[in-house]
Amino acid sequence: MSQTVQAGRLGRVRDREVTVVSPWIVVPALLPVIVFSVYPLLQGIYLGFTDAQSGAVGSAEFNGLDNYLQLLHSPHFWDSFRVGAVWGFGVTVLQFFASLGLALLLNADLRFRWLARTLAIAPWAMPPVVVGYTWRLVYAENGLLNSTLSAVGIDTGNTGWLSSDFWALPAVIVVGVWAGMPQTTVVLLAGLQSVPHELKEAAMLDGAGPLRVFAAVTWPHLRAIALAIATLDFIWIFNSFGLVYVLTAGGPGGSTRLPMLFAYSEAFTYGNYGVGAAIGNVLTIITAVVVIAFLALSFRGDKR
Amino acid sequence: MTTYSRTRAGRIGKYIALGLYVLFLAAPLFWLVSVSFKSNAELFDLTQSWIPRDPTLDNFIVIFDEFPLVTSLLNSLIVSTASAAGSVLLGTPIAYVMARQRSLITKGTTAWILGSQMLPFITILVPLFLLIIRLGLYDTREALILVYIVWSLPFAVWMLRNYIRSIPVELEQAAALDRANSFQIMFRIIGPLALPGLIVAFLFAFIQAWNEFFFALVIIKNPDLAPLSLMLVRFIGNDAGVRMGPLAAASLLSAIPNLILFAFLQRRLVQGLLGGSVRG
Repeated sequence: MSQTVQAGRLGRVRDREVTVVSPWIVVPALLPVIVFSVYPLLQGIYLGFTDAQSGAVGSAEFNGLDNYLQLLHSPHFWDSFRVGAVWGFGVTVLQFFASLGLALLLNADLRFRWLARTLAIAPWAMPPVVVGYTWRLVYAENGLLNSTLSAVGIDTGNTGWLSSDFWALPAVIVVGVWAGMPQTTVVLLAGLQSVPHELKEAAMLDGAGPLRVFAAVTWPHLRAIALAIATLDFIWIFNSFGLVYVLTAGGPGGSTRLPMLFAYSEAFTYGNYGVGAAIGNVLTIITAVVVIAFLALSFRGDKR
Repeated sequence: MTTYSRTRAGRIGKYIALGLYVLFLAAPLFWLVSVSFKSNAELFDLTQSWIPRDPTLDNFIVIFDEFPLVTSLLNSLIVSTASAAGSVLLGTPIAYVMARQRSLITKGTTAWILGSQMLPFITILVPLFLLIIRLGLYDTREALILVYIVWSLPFAVWMLRNYIRSIPVELEQAAALDRANSFQIMFRIIGPLALPGLIVAFLFAFIQAWNEFFFALVIIKNPDLAPLSLMLVRFIGNDAGVRMGPLAAASLLSAIPNLILFAFLQRRLVQGLLGGSVRG
Protein backbone atom coordinates (compact mmCIF):
# COMPACT_ATOMS: atom_id res chain seq x y z
CA MET A 1 0.00 0.00 0.00
CA SER A 2 2.89 2.27 0.65
CA GLN A 3 3.33 3.47 -2.86
CA THR A 4 3.13 6.58 -4.89
CA VAL A 5 1.78 7.38 -8.28
CA GLN A 6 3.31 9.84 -10.67
CA ALA A 7 6.82 9.44 -9.49
CA GLY A 8 8.13 11.58 -12.28
CA ARG A 9 6.59 14.67 -10.77
CA LEU A 10 8.30 14.24 -7.48
CA GLY A 11 10.68 16.98 -6.56
CA ARG A 12 9.45 19.52 -9.07
CA VAL A 13 8.65 22.35 -6.74
CA ARG A 14 7.21 25.48 -8.25
CA ASP A 15 9.35 28.56 -7.81
CA ARG A 16 8.59 30.08 -4.49
CA GLU A 17 9.33 33.71 -3.93
CA VAL A 18 11.07 33.09 -0.64
CA THR A 19 11.83 29.85 1.13
CA VAL A 20 12.28 30.26 4.82
CA VAL A 21 12.82 26.69 5.90
CA SER A 22 16.34 25.53 6.58
CA PRO A 23 17.04 22.15 4.97
CA TRP A 24 18.98 21.13 8.09
CA ILE A 25 15.82 20.35 10.03
CA VAL A 26 15.61 17.04 8.16
CA VAL A 27 18.89 15.77 9.57
CA PRO A 28 17.47 14.21 12.77
CA ALA A 29 14.79 12.52 10.68
CA LEU A 30 17.14 11.32 7.98
CA LEU A 31 19.53 9.61 10.38
CA PRO A 32 17.21 6.68 11.19
CA VAL A 33 16.26 6.54 7.52
CA ILE A 34 19.88 6.11 6.55
CA VAL A 35 20.60 3.54 9.26
CA PHE A 36 17.46 1.44 8.80
CA SER A 37 16.60 1.97 5.15
CA VAL A 38 19.33 3.29 2.90
CA TYR A 39 22.14 1.29 4.45
CA PRO A 40 20.23 -2.03 4.50
CA LEU A 41 19.06 -1.47 0.93
CA LEU A 42 22.60 -0.95 -0.29
CA GLN A 43 23.91 -3.78 1.84
CA GLY A 44 21.14 -6.01 0.53
CA ILE A 45 22.27 -5.38 -3.02
CA TYR A 46 25.87 -6.10 -2.01
CA LEU A 47 24.97 -9.29 -0.09
CA GLY A 48 23.73 -10.71 -3.37
CA PHE A 49 27.34 -10.82 -4.51
CA THR A 50 28.64 -12.63 -1.43
CA ASP A 51 28.49 -16.13 0.03
CA ALA A 52 26.87 -14.89 3.25
CA GLN A 53 25.30 -17.72 5.23
CA SER A 54 23.47 -18.12 8.48
CA GLY A 55 25.97 -18.39 11.32
CA ALA A 56 28.87 -17.17 9.19
CA VAL A 57 27.82 -13.69 8.18
CA GLY A 58 30.96 -12.08 9.56
CA SER A 59 33.14 -14.14 7.26
CA ALA A 60 31.03 -13.55 4.15
CA GLU A 61 33.19 -13.01 1.10
CA PHE A 62 32.61 -11.37 -2.21
CA ASN A 63 32.04 -14.10 -4.77
CA GLY A 64 31.12 -12.10 -7.84
CA LEU A 65 28.52 -13.74 -10.00
CA ASP A 66 28.65 -17.18 -8.34
CA ASN A 67 25.16 -16.83 -6.84
CA TYR A 68 23.72 -15.88 -10.20
CA LEU A 69 25.42 -18.77 -12.01
CA GLN A 70 24.06 -21.08 -9.35
CA LEU A 71 20.56 -19.70 -9.90
CA LEU A 72 20.97 -19.99 -13.65
CA HIS A 73 21.53 -23.72 -13.25
CA SER A 74 18.82 -24.25 -10.65
CA PRO A 75 15.59 -25.73 -12.04
CA HIS A 76 13.82 -24.57 -8.87
CA PHE A 77 14.69 -20.99 -9.65
CA TRP A 78 13.42 -21.26 -13.22
CA ASP A 79 10.23 -22.92 -12.02
CA SER A 80 9.56 -20.15 -9.56
CA PHE A 81 10.53 -17.61 -12.18
CA ARG A 82 7.92 -19.05 -14.55
CA VAL A 83 5.29 -19.10 -11.79
CA GLY A 84 6.21 -15.52 -10.93
CA ALA A 85 5.82 -14.39 -14.54
CA VAL A 86 2.40 -16.04 -14.93
CA TRP A 87 1.31 -14.60 -11.59
CA GLY A 88 2.75 -11.11 -12.20
CA PHE A 89 1.37 -10.58 -15.68
CA GLY A 90 -1.78 -12.64 -15.13
CA VAL A 91 -2.89 -10.71 -12.08
CA THR A 92 -1.87 -7.31 -13.46
CA VAL A 93 -3.74 -7.75 -16.75
CA LEU A 94 -6.87 -9.41 -15.33
CA GLN A 95 -7.02 -6.96 -12.48
CA PHE A 96 -6.68 -4.03 -14.82
CA PHE A 97 -9.55 -5.04 -17.09
CA ALA A 98 -11.77 -6.16 -14.22
CA SER A 99 -11.15 -2.84 -12.44
CA LEU A 100 -11.68 -0.79 -15.58
CA GLY A 101 -15.03 -2.50 -16.15
CA LEU A 102 -16.10 -1.87 -12.57
CA ALA A 103 -14.89 1.72 -12.63
CA LEU A 104 -16.90 2.38 -15.82
CA LEU A 105 -20.01 0.90 -14.20
CA LEU A 106 -19.48 2.92 -11.03
CA ASN A 107 -19.08 6.04 -13.15
CA ALA A 108 -22.38 5.41 -14.94
CA ASP A 109 -25.69 6.54 -13.56
CA LEU A 110 -26.85 3.29 -12.01
CA ARG A 111 -28.83 2.55 -8.90
CA PHE A 112 -27.15 0.52 -6.13
CA ARG A 113 -23.71 1.61 -7.24
CA TRP A 114 -23.05 2.86 -3.70
CA LEU A 115 -23.30 -0.79 -2.65
CA ALA A 116 -20.78 -1.92 -5.23
CA ARG A 117 -18.55 1.00 -4.34
CA THR A 118 -18.58 0.15 -0.63
CA LEU A 119 -17.99 -3.52 -1.28
CA ALA A 120 -15.26 -2.75 -3.78
CA ILE A 121 -13.21 -1.17 -1.02
CA ALA A 122 -13.62 -3.87 1.61
CA PRO A 123 -10.93 -6.26 0.34
CA TRP A 124 -8.51 -3.35 0.40
CA ALA A 125 -9.00 -2.89 4.12
CA MET A 126 -8.29 -6.50 4.95
CA PRO A 127 -4.86 -7.65 6.07
CA PRO A 128 -3.30 -9.93 3.41
CA VAL A 129 -3.15 -12.76 5.92
CA VAL A 130 -6.89 -12.49 6.50
CA VAL A 131 -7.54 -12.35 2.75
CA GLY A 132 -5.51 -15.54 2.43
CA TYR A 133 -7.51 -17.38 5.07
CA THR A 134 -10.83 -16.09 3.75
CA TRP A 135 -10.08 -17.59 0.36
CA ARG A 136 -8.79 -20.80 1.85
CA LEU A 137 -12.25 -21.21 3.32
CA VAL A 138 -13.76 -20.45 -0.09
CA TYR A 139 -11.55 -22.99 -1.86
CA ALA A 140 -11.76 -25.68 0.82
CA GLU A 141 -13.09 -29.13 -0.05
CA ASN A 142 -16.48 -28.22 1.40
CA GLY A 143 -15.97 -24.48 0.94
CA LEU A 144 -18.06 -21.86 -0.79
CA LEU A 145 -17.01 -22.77 -4.33
CA ASN A 146 -17.55 -26.53 -4.15
CA SER A 147 -20.72 -26.18 -2.08
CA THR A 148 -22.22 -23.72 -4.54
CA LEU A 149 -21.20 -25.80 -7.55
CA SER A 150 -22.74 -28.93 -6.09
CA ALA A 151 -25.90 -27.01 -5.21
CA VAL A 152 -26.38 -26.27 -8.92
CA GLY A 153 -25.62 -29.88 -9.76
CA ILE A 154 -21.96 -29.75 -10.68
CA ASP A 155 -19.90 -32.27 -8.76
CA THR A 156 -16.27 -31.34 -9.18
CA GLY A 157 -15.05 -34.30 -7.16
CA ASN A 158 -12.51 -31.75 -6.07
CA THR A 159 -10.47 -32.23 -2.90
CA GLY A 160 -9.91 -28.52 -2.55
CA TRP A 161 -8.80 -26.14 -5.27
CA LEU A 162 -5.56 -25.12 -3.62
CA SER A 163 -4.28 -28.67 -3.36
CA SER A 164 -4.71 -29.36 -7.07
CA ASP A 165 -1.54 -29.15 -9.16
CA PHE A 166 -3.52 -27.72 -12.03
CA TRP A 167 -5.95 -25.39 -10.26
CA ALA A 168 -3.77 -23.96 -7.50
CA LEU A 169 -2.10 -21.26 -9.61
CA PRO A 170 -5.30 -20.04 -11.34
CA ALA A 171 -7.05 -20.08 -7.95
CA VAL A 172 -4.29 -18.01 -6.39
CA ILE A 173 -4.38 -15.57 -9.32
CA VAL A 174 -8.11 -15.00 -8.74
CA VAL A 175 -7.33 -14.08 -5.13
CA GLY A 176 -4.62 -11.69 -6.30
CA VAL A 177 -7.13 -9.98 -8.60
CA TRP A 178 -9.72 -9.80 -5.84
CA ALA A 179 -7.32 -8.33 -3.31
CA GLY A 180 -5.88 -5.67 -5.64
CA MET A 181 -9.02 -4.66 -7.50
CA PRO A 182 -10.23 -2.01 -5.02
CA GLN A 183 -7.15 0.14 -5.29
CA THR A 184 -7.03 -0.04 -9.07
CA THR A 185 -10.76 0.57 -9.39
CA VAL A 186 -10.72 3.60 -7.13
CA VAL A 187 -7.77 5.15 -8.96
CA LEU A 188 -9.32 4.49 -12.39
CA LEU A 189 -12.64 5.88 -11.17
CA ALA A 190 -10.92 9.07 -10.05
CA GLY A 191 -9.39 9.24 -13.53
CA LEU A 192 -12.76 8.70 -15.20
CA GLN A 193 -14.32 11.46 -13.15
CA SER A 194 -11.75 13.89 -14.46
CA VAL A 195 -12.95 13.37 -18.04
CA PRO A 196 -14.96 16.45 -19.05
CA HIS A 197 -18.63 15.68 -19.49
CA GLU A 198 -19.06 18.15 -22.34
CA LEU A 199 -16.65 16.20 -24.50
CA LYS A 200 -18.55 12.96 -24.01
CA GLU A 201 -21.85 14.67 -24.71
CA ALA A 202 -20.49 16.33 -27.81
CA ALA A 203 -19.22 13.00 -29.10
CA MET A 204 -22.58 11.38 -28.44
CA LEU A 205 -24.44 14.17 -30.18
CA ASP A 206 -22.24 13.49 -33.18
CA GLY A 207 -23.65 9.98 -33.15
CA ALA A 208 -20.71 8.14 -31.57
CA GLY A 209 -21.60 4.85 -29.83
CA PRO A 210 -20.34 3.96 -26.35
CA LEU A 211 -17.24 2.17 -27.66
CA ARG A 212 -16.34 5.05 -29.91
CA VAL A 213 -16.80 7.53 -27.07
CA PHE A 214 -14.55 5.44 -24.89
CA ALA A 215 -11.84 5.15 -27.54
CA ALA A 216 -11.95 8.75 -28.71
CA VAL A 217 -12.69 10.68 -25.53
CA THR A 218 -12.35 8.67 -22.35
CA TRP A 219 -9.23 6.61 -23.00
CA PRO A 220 -6.96 9.51 -24.05
CA HIS A 221 -7.81 11.18 -20.74
CA LEU A 222 -7.40 8.02 -18.74
CA ARG A 223 -4.27 6.71 -20.39
CA ALA A 224 -1.63 8.30 -18.14
CA ILE A 225 -3.32 7.25 -14.91
CA ALA A 226 -4.08 3.79 -16.29
CA LEU A 227 -0.46 3.17 -17.20
CA ALA A 228 0.76 4.51 -13.86
CA ILE A 229 -1.52 2.30 -11.79
CA ALA A 230 -0.83 -0.75 -13.97
CA THR A 231 2.91 -0.23 -13.45
CA LEU A 232 2.52 0.09 -9.71
CA ASP A 233 0.20 -2.91 -9.59
CA PHE A 234 2.81 -4.99 -11.35
CA ILE A 235 5.48 -4.00 -8.81
CA TRP A 236 3.21 -4.77 -5.85
CA ILE A 237 1.94 -8.02 -7.28
CA PHE A 238 5.32 -9.28 -8.38
CA ASN A 239 6.76 -8.59 -4.93
CA SER A 240 3.89 -9.89 -2.85
CA PHE A 241 4.51 -12.56 -0.27
CA GLY A 242 2.05 -12.79 2.63
CA LEU A 243 -1.02 -13.63 0.56
CA VAL A 244 0.41 -16.65 -1.24
CA TYR A 245 2.39 -17.73 1.82
CA VAL A 246 -0.91 -18.11 3.66
CA LEU A 247 -2.85 -19.56 0.72
CA THR A 248 -0.51 -22.34 -0.38
CA ALA A 249 2.97 -21.67 1.03
CA GLY A 250 4.12 -22.27 -2.55
CA GLY A 251 2.54 -25.70 -2.93
CA PRO A 252 1.40 -28.10 -4.15
CA GLY A 253 4.71 -29.29 -5.49
CA GLY A 254 6.00 -25.76 -6.02
CA SER A 255 3.20 -24.92 -8.47
CA THR A 256 2.59 -21.57 -6.76
CA ARG A 257 6.09 -20.89 -5.46
CA LEU A 258 6.57 -17.24 -6.36
CA PRO A 259 10.13 -15.89 -6.56
CA MET A 260 9.63 -14.14 -3.22
CA LEU A 261 8.68 -17.41 -1.54
CA PHE A 262 11.68 -19.04 -3.15
CA ALA A 263 13.94 -16.24 -1.90
CA TYR A 264 12.42 -16.49 1.58
CA SER A 265 13.07 -20.20 1.88
CA GLU A 266 16.61 -19.86 0.49
CA ALA A 267 17.42 -17.11 3.00
CA PHE A 268 15.51 -18.12 6.10
CA THR A 269 14.88 -21.85 5.81
CA TYR A 270 18.28 -22.81 4.42
CA GLY A 271 20.19 -19.80 5.74
CA ASN A 272 21.69 -18.90 2.36
CA TYR A 273 21.52 -15.12 2.80
CA GLY A 274 23.72 -14.45 -0.20
CA VAL A 275 21.53 -16.46 -2.57
CA GLY A 276 18.35 -14.95 -1.12
CA ALA A 277 19.72 -11.45 -1.67
CA ALA A 278 20.82 -12.42 -5.18
CA ILE A 279 17.25 -13.42 -6.04
CA GLY A 280 16.19 -10.02 -4.72
CA ASN A 281 18.63 -8.36 -7.12
CA VAL A 282 17.34 -10.40 -10.06
CA LEU A 283 13.76 -9.41 -9.17
CA THR A 284 14.84 -5.77 -8.98
CA ILE A 285 16.26 -5.91 -12.48
CA ILE A 286 13.12 -7.60 -13.84
CA THR A 287 10.92 -5.00 -12.15
CA ALA A 288 13.08 -2.19 -13.52
CA VAL A 289 12.86 -3.59 -17.07
CA VAL A 290 9.08 -3.84 -16.88
CA VAL A 291 8.75 -0.35 -15.42
CA ILE A 292 10.97 1.11 -18.14
CA ALA A 293 8.88 -0.66 -20.77
CA PHE A 294 5.71 0.82 -19.28
CA LEU A 295 7.23 4.28 -19.13
CA ALA A 296 8.42 4.03 -22.73
CA LEU A 297 4.89 3.05 -23.69
CA SER A 298 3.38 6.07 -21.96
CA PHE A 299 5.94 8.48 -23.43
CA ARG A 300 5.29 7.16 -26.90
CA GLY A 301 1.62 7.81 -26.31
CA ASP A 302 2.30 11.36 -25.17
CA LYS A 303 4.11 12.25 -28.37
CA ARG A 304 1.24 11.33 -30.61
CA MET B 1 -25.95 12.96 -15.52
CA THR B 2 -25.53 11.53 -18.96
CA THR B 3 -25.57 7.84 -19.59
CA TYR B 4 -24.29 5.79 -22.45
CA SER B 5 -27.06 3.29 -22.14
CA ARG B 6 -29.72 4.68 -24.36
CA THR B 7 -31.19 1.26 -24.93
CA ARG B 8 -33.05 -0.71 -22.36
CA ALA B 9 -31.03 -3.84 -23.07
CA GLY B 10 -27.80 -1.98 -22.49
CA ARG B 11 -29.03 -0.82 -19.13
CA ILE B 12 -30.10 -4.26 -18.02
CA GLY B 13 -26.75 -5.61 -19.14
CA LYS B 14 -25.02 -3.06 -16.95
CA TYR B 15 -27.05 -4.06 -13.91
CA ILE B 16 -26.21 -7.70 -14.51
CA ALA B 17 -22.52 -6.85 -14.78
CA LEU B 18 -22.67 -4.78 -11.61
CA GLY B 19 -24.45 -7.65 -9.85
CA LEU B 20 -21.72 -10.09 -10.86
CA TYR B 21 -19.06 -7.73 -9.55
CA VAL B 22 -20.89 -7.38 -6.25
CA LEU B 23 -21.19 -11.15 -6.01
CA PHE B 24 -17.49 -11.69 -6.71
CA LEU B 25 -16.39 -9.03 -4.24
CA ALA B 26 -18.85 -9.80 -1.47
CA ALA B 27 -19.22 -13.59 -1.53
CA PRO B 28 -15.86 -14.39 0.14
CA LEU B 29 -16.52 -11.83 2.88
CA PHE B 30 -20.02 -13.19 3.41
CA TRP B 31 -18.57 -16.69 3.60
CA LEU B 32 -16.02 -15.62 6.21
CA VAL B 33 -18.78 -14.24 8.41
CA SER B 34 -20.97 -17.28 7.78
CA VAL B 35 -18.26 -19.82 8.66
CA SER B 36 -17.37 -17.96 11.84
CA PHE B 37 -20.92 -18.51 13.13
CA LYS B 38 -21.19 -22.17 12.16
CA SER B 39 -20.94 -24.96 14.67
CA ASN B 40 -18.08 -27.41 14.52
CA ALA B 41 -20.47 -30.22 13.61
CA GLU B 42 -21.92 -28.29 10.72
CA LEU B 43 -18.46 -27.47 9.37
CA PHE B 44 -17.79 -31.17 8.88
CA ASP B 45 -20.69 -31.49 6.43
CA LEU B 46 -19.60 -32.32 2.92
CA THR B 47 -21.45 -29.37 1.45
CA GLN B 48 -22.05 -26.18 3.33
CA SER B 49 -24.99 -23.83 3.21
CA TRP B 50 -24.55 -20.07 2.77
CA ILE B 51 -26.39 -19.34 6.00
CA PRO B 52 -25.43 -21.17 9.21
CA ARG B 53 -28.11 -23.71 10.21
CA ASP B 54 -28.04 -22.78 13.85
CA PRO B 55 -25.71 -19.84 14.41
CA THR B 56 -23.42 -20.10 17.43
CA LEU B 57 -20.80 -17.96 19.15
CA ASP B 58 -18.70 -21.02 20.04
CA ASN B 59 -15.90 -20.12 17.63
CA PHE B 60 -15.44 -16.72 19.19
CA ILE B 61 -15.36 -18.23 22.67
CA VAL B 62 -12.82 -20.81 21.52
CA ILE B 63 -10.40 -18.27 20.08
CA PHE B 64 -10.39 -16.23 23.27
CA ASP B 65 -10.02 -19.34 25.42
CA GLU B 66 -7.42 -21.28 23.50
CA PHE B 67 -5.34 -18.70 21.68
CA PRO B 68 -3.37 -15.68 22.89
CA LEU B 69 -5.75 -13.42 21.02
CA VAL B 70 -5.82 -10.62 23.58
CA THR B 71 -2.04 -10.60 23.90
CA SER B 72 -1.53 -10.42 20.17
CA LEU B 73 -4.20 -7.78 19.84
CA LEU B 74 -2.31 -5.68 22.37
CA ASN B 75 0.97 -6.34 20.57
CA SER B 76 -0.54 -5.19 17.30
CA LEU B 77 -1.93 -2.08 18.97
CA ILE B 78 1.38 -1.16 20.62
CA VAL B 79 3.48 -1.79 17.54
CA SER B 80 1.08 -0.09 15.11
CA THR B 81 0.53 2.99 17.29
CA ALA B 82 4.21 3.49 18.11
CA SER B 83 5.35 3.02 14.54
CA ALA B 84 2.65 5.26 13.11
CA ALA B 85 3.59 7.99 15.60
CA GLY B 86 7.27 7.60 14.71
CA SER B 87 6.53 7.67 11.03
CA VAL B 88 4.60 10.94 11.26
CA LEU B 89 7.16 12.49 13.60
CA LEU B 90 10.06 11.71 11.27
CA GLY B 91 8.06 12.23 8.11
CA THR B 92 6.89 15.77 8.84
CA PRO B 93 10.27 17.56 8.67
CA ILE B 94 11.25 15.59 5.57
CA ALA B 95 7.94 16.34 3.89
CA TYR B 96 8.14 19.99 4.92
CA VAL B 97 11.52 20.52 3.33
CA MET B 98 10.47 18.57 0.24
CA ALA B 99 7.35 20.67 -0.12
CA ARG B 100 9.19 23.93 0.08
CA GLN B 101 12.47 23.59 -1.73
CA ARG B 102 14.62 21.70 -4.11
CA SER B 103 18.12 20.82 -3.07
CA LEU B 104 20.54 17.94 -2.95
CA ILE B 105 18.81 16.65 0.17
CA THR B 106 15.35 16.63 -1.39
CA LYS B 107 16.68 14.99 -4.55
CA GLY B 108 18.40 12.32 -2.51
CA THR B 109 15.21 11.78 -0.53
CA THR B 110 13.23 11.44 -3.74
CA ALA B 111 15.65 8.80 -4.97
CA TRP B 112 15.26 6.97 -1.66
CA ILE B 113 11.45 7.07 -1.78
CA LEU B 114 11.39 5.66 -5.30
CA GLY B 115 14.15 3.15 -4.61
CA SER B 116 12.53 1.81 -1.48
CA GLN B 117 9.30 1.26 -3.42
CA MET B 118 10.95 -0.44 -6.37
CA LEU B 119 13.24 -2.88 -4.62
CA PRO B 120 11.70 -6.16 -3.56
CA PHE B 121 11.16 -6.63 0.13
CA ILE B 122 13.65 -9.49 0.35
CA THR B 123 16.49 -7.11 -0.60
CA ILE B 124 15.98 -5.12 2.56
CA LEU B 125 14.71 -8.00 4.69
CA VAL B 126 17.95 -9.97 4.87
CA PRO B 127 20.30 -7.09 5.80
CA LEU B 128 17.75 -5.58 8.15
CA PHE B 129 17.38 -8.94 9.86
CA LEU B 130 21.16 -9.09 10.32
CA LEU B 131 21.24 -5.50 11.58
CA ILE B 132 18.47 -6.21 14.08
CA ILE B 133 20.41 -9.18 15.42
CA ARG B 134 23.59 -7.13 15.71
CA LEU B 135 21.74 -4.44 17.65
CA GLY B 136 20.44 -7.09 20.04
CA LEU B 137 16.85 -6.39 19.03
CA TYR B 138 15.98 -9.79 17.64
CA ASP B 139 12.62 -11.04 18.90
CA THR B 140 11.52 -7.68 20.37
CA ARG B 141 8.62 -5.38 19.69
CA GLU B 142 11.12 -2.52 19.39
CA ALA B 143 12.57 -4.15 16.29
CA LEU B 144 9.15 -4.31 14.66
CA ILE B 145 8.45 -0.69 15.56
CA LEU B 146 11.73 0.50 14.07
CA VAL B 147 11.25 -1.50 10.91
CA TYR B 148 7.67 -0.38 10.42
CA ILE B 149 8.55 3.28 10.92
CA VAL B 150 11.07 3.13 8.14
CA TRP B 151 8.80 1.00 6.04
CA SER B 152 5.79 3.33 6.16
CA LEU B 153 7.85 6.52 6.00
CA PRO B 154 8.06 6.92 2.19
CA PHE B 155 4.30 6.97 1.78
CA ALA B 156 3.83 9.23 4.80
CA VAL B 157 6.39 11.68 3.42
CA TRP B 158 4.74 11.65 0.02
CA MET B 159 1.28 12.34 1.43
CA LEU B 160 2.44 15.01 3.87
CA ARG B 161 4.48 16.73 1.18
CA ASN B 162 1.37 17.11 -0.94
CA TYR B 163 -0.57 18.34 2.02
CA ILE B 164 1.99 20.90 3.18
CA ARG B 165 2.30 22.26 -0.35
CA SER B 166 -1.29 23.41 -0.16
CA ILE B 167 -0.49 25.59 2.88
CA PRO B 168 0.34 29.18 1.85
CA VAL B 169 3.98 30.04 2.35
CA GLU B 170 3.18 33.61 3.49
CA LEU B 171 2.49 32.54 7.07
CA GLU B 172 5.96 31.09 7.35
CA GLN B 173 7.49 34.21 5.88
CA ALA B 174 5.72 36.33 8.44
CA ALA B 175 6.95 34.07 11.23
CA ALA B 176 10.46 34.22 9.83
CA LEU B 177 10.34 38.00 9.96
CA ASP B 178 9.52 37.59 13.65
CA ARG B 179 12.76 35.60 13.91
CA ALA B 180 11.20 32.21 14.45
CA ASN B 181 13.58 29.44 13.48
CA SER B 182 12.74 26.52 11.20
CA PHE B 183 11.82 24.17 14.04
CA GLN B 184 9.54 26.72 15.63
CA ILE B 185 7.85 27.39 12.31
CA MET B 186 7.38 23.68 11.74
CA PHE B 187 5.89 22.98 15.16
CA ARG B 188 3.85 26.17 15.64
CA ILE B 189 2.63 26.90 12.12
CA ILE B 190 2.96 23.94 9.79
CA GLY B 191 2.08 21.35 12.43
CA PRO B 192 -1.34 22.75 13.41
CA LEU B 193 -2.26 23.67 9.83
CA ALA B 194 -1.28 20.26 8.52
CA LEU B 195 -3.08 18.44 11.33
CA PRO B 196 -5.70 16.73 9.11
CA GLY B 197 -2.90 15.51 6.85
CA LEU B 198 -0.91 14.31 9.86
CA ILE B 199 -3.88 12.34 11.15
CA VAL B 200 -4.44 10.66 7.79
CA ALA B 201 -0.74 9.82 7.47
CA PHE B 202 -0.83 8.40 11.00
CA LEU B 203 -3.83 6.19 10.27
CA PHE B 204 -2.31 4.85 7.07
CA ALA B 205 0.93 4.02 8.77
CA PHE B 206 -1.15 2.34 11.47
CA ILE B 207 -3.00 0.18 8.97
CA GLN B 208 0.23 -0.74 7.20
CA ALA B 209 1.80 -1.89 10.43
CA TRP B 210 -1.36 -3.72 11.42
CA ASN B 211 -1.36 -5.63 8.13
CA GLU B 212 2.33 -6.45 7.96
CA PHE B 213 3.35 -10.04 8.23
CA PHE B 214 6.65 -10.80 6.49
CA PHE B 215 8.89 -8.97 8.98
CA ALA B 216 7.02 -10.28 11.98
CA LEU B 217 7.47 -13.79 10.63
CA VAL B 218 11.23 -13.35 10.43
CA ILE B 219 11.87 -11.25 13.55
CA ILE B 220 9.46 -12.52 16.20
CA LYS B 221 9.84 -15.97 17.72
CA ASN B 222 8.34 -15.44 21.17
CA PRO B 223 4.57 -16.17 21.00
CA ASP B 224 3.92 -13.51 23.66
CA LEU B 225 5.23 -10.84 21.30
CA ALA B 226 3.47 -11.95 18.14
CA PRO B 227 1.19 -9.41 16.46
CA LEU B 228 -2.21 -10.52 15.21
CA SER B 229 -1.30 -11.58 11.68
CA LEU B 230 1.58 -13.70 12.93
CA MET B 231 -0.54 -15.24 15.68
CA LEU B 232 -3.14 -16.16 13.08
CA VAL B 233 -0.57 -17.95 10.96
CA ARG B 234 1.36 -19.62 13.79
CA PHE B 235 -1.49 -20.86 15.93
CA ILE B 236 -4.80 -20.95 14.22
CA GLY B 237 -3.62 -21.37 10.64
CA ASN B 238 -1.68 -24.49 11.50
CA ASP B 239 -4.79 -26.60 11.75
CA ALA B 240 -6.85 -24.51 9.37
CA GLY B 241 -8.08 -27.61 7.57
CA VAL B 242 -9.66 -29.07 10.68
CA ARG B 243 -10.71 -26.02 12.58
CA MET B 244 -12.24 -23.64 10.11
CA GLY B 245 -14.63 -22.03 12.59
CA PRO B 246 -12.07 -20.54 14.98
CA LEU B 247 -9.92 -19.53 12.01
CA ALA B 248 -12.80 -17.61 10.46
CA ALA B 249 -13.72 -15.97 13.77
CA ALA B 250 -10.16 -14.83 14.45
CA SER B 251 -9.68 -13.60 10.88
CA LEU B 252 -12.88 -11.62 11.06
CA LEU B 253 -11.93 -10.00 14.36
CA SER B 254 -8.49 -8.98 13.12
CA ALA B 255 -9.94 -7.29 10.04
CA ILE B 256 -12.50 -5.21 11.89
CA PRO B 257 -10.28 -2.30 13.03
CA ASN B 258 -9.09 -1.84 9.46
CA LEU B 259 -12.56 -1.96 8.00
CA ILE B 260 -13.65 0.80 10.35
CA LEU B 261 -10.61 2.98 9.65
CA PHE B 262 -10.98 2.45 5.93
CA ALA B 263 -14.56 3.60 5.91
CA PHE B 264 -13.27 7.00 7.06
CA LEU B 265 -10.12 7.15 5.00
CA GLN B 266 -11.08 5.92 1.58
CA ARG B 267 -11.25 9.29 -0.12
CA ARG B 268 -8.08 10.55 1.48
CA LEU B 269 -6.16 7.53 0.33
CA VAL B 270 -7.01 8.19 -3.29
CA GLN B 271 -5.81 11.74 -2.96
CA GLY B 272 -2.62 10.51 -1.32
CA LEU B 273 -2.03 7.99 -4.08
CA LEU B 274 -2.61 10.44 -6.87
CA GLY B 275 -0.44 13.12 -5.39
CA GLY B 276 -3.18 15.70 -5.43
CA SER B 277 -3.29 15.81 -9.22
CA VAL B 278 -6.78 14.37 -9.41
CA ARG B 279 -9.63 15.12 -7.10
CA GLY B 280 -10.98 11.83 -5.76
